Amino acid sequence: MALARRSSNLLKPLSTASSSSFLNRRPFSTDDSTTITIETSVPFTGHNCEPPSRSIDTTPKELMTFFTDMALMRRMEIAADSLYKSKLIRGFCHLYDGQEAVSIGMEAAITKKDCIITAYRDHCIFLGRGGTLLESFAELMGRQAGCSRGKGGSMHFYKKDACFFGGHGIVGAQVPLGCGLAFAQKYRKEDHVTFTMYGDGAANQGQLFEALNMAALWDLPAILVCENNHYGMGTAEWRAAKSPAYYKRGDYVPGLKVDGMDAFAVKQACKFAKEHALKNGPIILEMDTYRYHGHSMSDPGSTYRTRDEISGVRQERDPIERIRKLILAHDIATEKELKDIEKLARKEVDEAIAKAKESPMPDDSELFTNVYRKGYGVESFGADRKEVRATLP
Amino acid sequence: MLGIIKQKVGARGLTAPVFGDYMQKLSPVASAMRDFSSATKKMTVRDALNSALDEEMAADSNVFVMGEEVGEYQGAYKITKGLLDKYGPDRVVDTPITEAGFTGIGVGAAYHGLKPVIEFMTFNFSMQAIDHIINSAAKSNYMSGGKINVPIVFRGPNGAAAGVGAQHSQCYGAWYGAIPGLKVLVPYSSEDARGLLKAAIRDPDPVVFLENEILYGDSFPVSQEVLDPNFCLPIGKAKIERQGKDVTITAYSKMVGFALKAAEILEKDGINAEVINLRSIRPLDRDTINDSVRKTNRLVTVEEGFRQHGVGAEICASVVEDSFNYLDAPVERIAGADVPTPYTANLERLAFPQIEDIVRATKRACYRSG
Repeated sequence: MALARRSSNLLKPLSTASSSSFLNRRPFSTDDSTTITIETSVPFTGHNCEPPSRSIDTTPKELMTFFTDMALMRRMEIAADSLYKSKLIRGFCHLYDGQEAVSIGMEAAITKKDCIITAYRDHCIFLGRGGTLLESFAELMGRQAGCSRGKGGSMHFYKKDACFFGGHGIVGAQVPLGCGLAFAQKYRKEDHVTFTMYGDGAANQGQLFEALNMAALWDLPAILVCENNHYGMGTAEWRAAKSPAYYKRGDYVPGLKVDGMDAFAVKQACKFAKEHALKNGPIILEMDTYRYHGHSMSDPGSTYRTRDEISGVRQERDPIERIRKLILAHDIATEKELKDIEKLARKEVDEAIAKAKESPMPDDSELFTNVYRKGYGVESFGADRKEVRATLP
Repeated sequence: MLGIIKQKVGARGLTAPVFGDYMQKLSPVASAMRDFSSATKKMTVRDALNSALDEEMAADSNVFVMGEEVGEYQGAYKITKGLLDKYGPDRVVDTPITEAGFTGIGVGAAYHGLKPVIEFMTFNFSMQAIDHIINSAAKSNYMSGGKINVPIVFRGPNGAAAGVGAQHSQCYGAWYGAIPGLKVLVPYSSEDARGLLKAAIRDPDPVVFLENEILYGDSFPVSQEVLDPNFCLPIGKAKIERQGKDVTITAYSKMVGFALKAAEILEKDGINAEVINLRSIRPLDRDTINDSVRKTNRLVTVEEGFRQHGVGAEICASVVEDSFNYLDAPVERIAGADVPTPYTANLERLAFPQIEDIVRATKRACYRSG
């Protein structure tokens, strides 16, 4: 897999905090001029398009960033699982562990002016867009400091200043919405694209094909990212889709099948897709990925798949382990240093949780805010209108 | 005027050739004229909507129109006539017949700061897309803690036309009116159509704008003020179309014309009815309704939609809650019959409120017989 390595002088302490990642604590120096060329785990498979090269250049800095960011995402989701079990998180909670490489690789290929929209498995997408751990945990626990001020919950994270438009709870609905974001980008003649993420379950939704048809008719810069984790809730892909080759399901729309457990393959594919979309309109990227957790917290994830399958993926294809091996193979950091990064991630997550717990619940008066952007001072009522009424701001 | 609407303007089975009967009933009544003493011009509702769209598109490049047949066909009901020539296909977007898809695309474009005006050929077809109107549009500002507002207008004809059967003849006022996060406007006259559509397009929140096919060809007097490009009506405010002291009649859309006609007939019997044109179903102008009922002590609600969980039911509840002690008679509700709309003319007539129904119920509310 590792083909060439051109520098080994990589362990100087980082002097400035400039980083493309969301953390400013990298202990490792990286020489940006150092280039490492690696090959993706498996070749891309194209549909109506010539797939990009398997060979991709990276830097020690990027490898360390990938590792650090994915370790943090992984830790956040594990912590969310515990918080849920201790009843600090309510309702639905869908975890992303296993799928981190999709967010990480995608972010590495695009800018914050490119849009992302996804379904309800959105915590790590938010983090990837530059959202903070505090905003995430505070939202999960329904606190004021949450990214949606406690009103959205697990499924409704947003970061508009980084063009992240949610966080949507209705399976498939985000696909037309994402094509609408792309419509706005093209309308304004921007050079940006929209990544619309959906699962293999949503891949069978009718509205996806309606939106894709229009996106193709109008050459919208829309990239449909099918995160195929192989189960729509508990229904295996082959039980739900006559053709589970989701990258081919766009028919007249080109597609690419990508190893979604390999951050570099994802990065390469997203770069390719962005260029394609700006020139030619929509494209489908099928990310072959896997979720370690069940669909949601009520799903142990073990009735419709075997424990062997889960542990097999962990051993053979884990996205973090893949990067760890690359880092070690290139002597970019030691095993202990990587363990330290994971420990630091744990510490950061714990600190964010502690801080989130200090954030108060929203004031009762917040019940009536944000119903409208412009409420015209209309009177609105609570359950007992004689007891609770408010003037909408 | 008749020439225009007698054309086969419909598509997808939406022909509405039989207007004569309605036209007579809806010829602008004398009482409506009184509000426009300075009026020098008449305008159809169709032209009012068209000019409002045109002016708002001219004023703001973020405004665009999208829907089935809005461009080259010039609009299934000609509301978007001429806009394609003027603004081009980037801003007047013909879509395939896929409501869920193009409604979602519209909402997504609004997330990113555009101001889409989504036309449904009729609101019956909005059922294909109601998830995007409610879950994607109405709730986003709240769910995001105020980060993602959705400045979009969903517009098109709503309610019964003539002879188009059950699947094309339903009023969705009560449906959309039930949803916090939406604003629901129901124009009656040309003044309403212009002022409310311009307000809807300028509003930062999702607005459901329920027009009426039968009214499109009707002409109403319009003042110079109404014709001004800056003209705009306040959202959430009802209009007292006719002052009266004996009984309050609330109505919206086409039924305002029926209520005004009924009020004229009642006047001859010595009953002086106040007619409130709701203009907005959400927010509902409870103050204007209750103030009127406190003055007249009697209430008749009129709507084309179904009675159960209807707009009249909500108005009645509001009056019972806030003005119970002022009521001198039981509230009367005139509404669509509790059946899917029949095709044949005699049964269709029975399925929707007629002027004589309003007259009868109002007399009942005033304890007057026959």
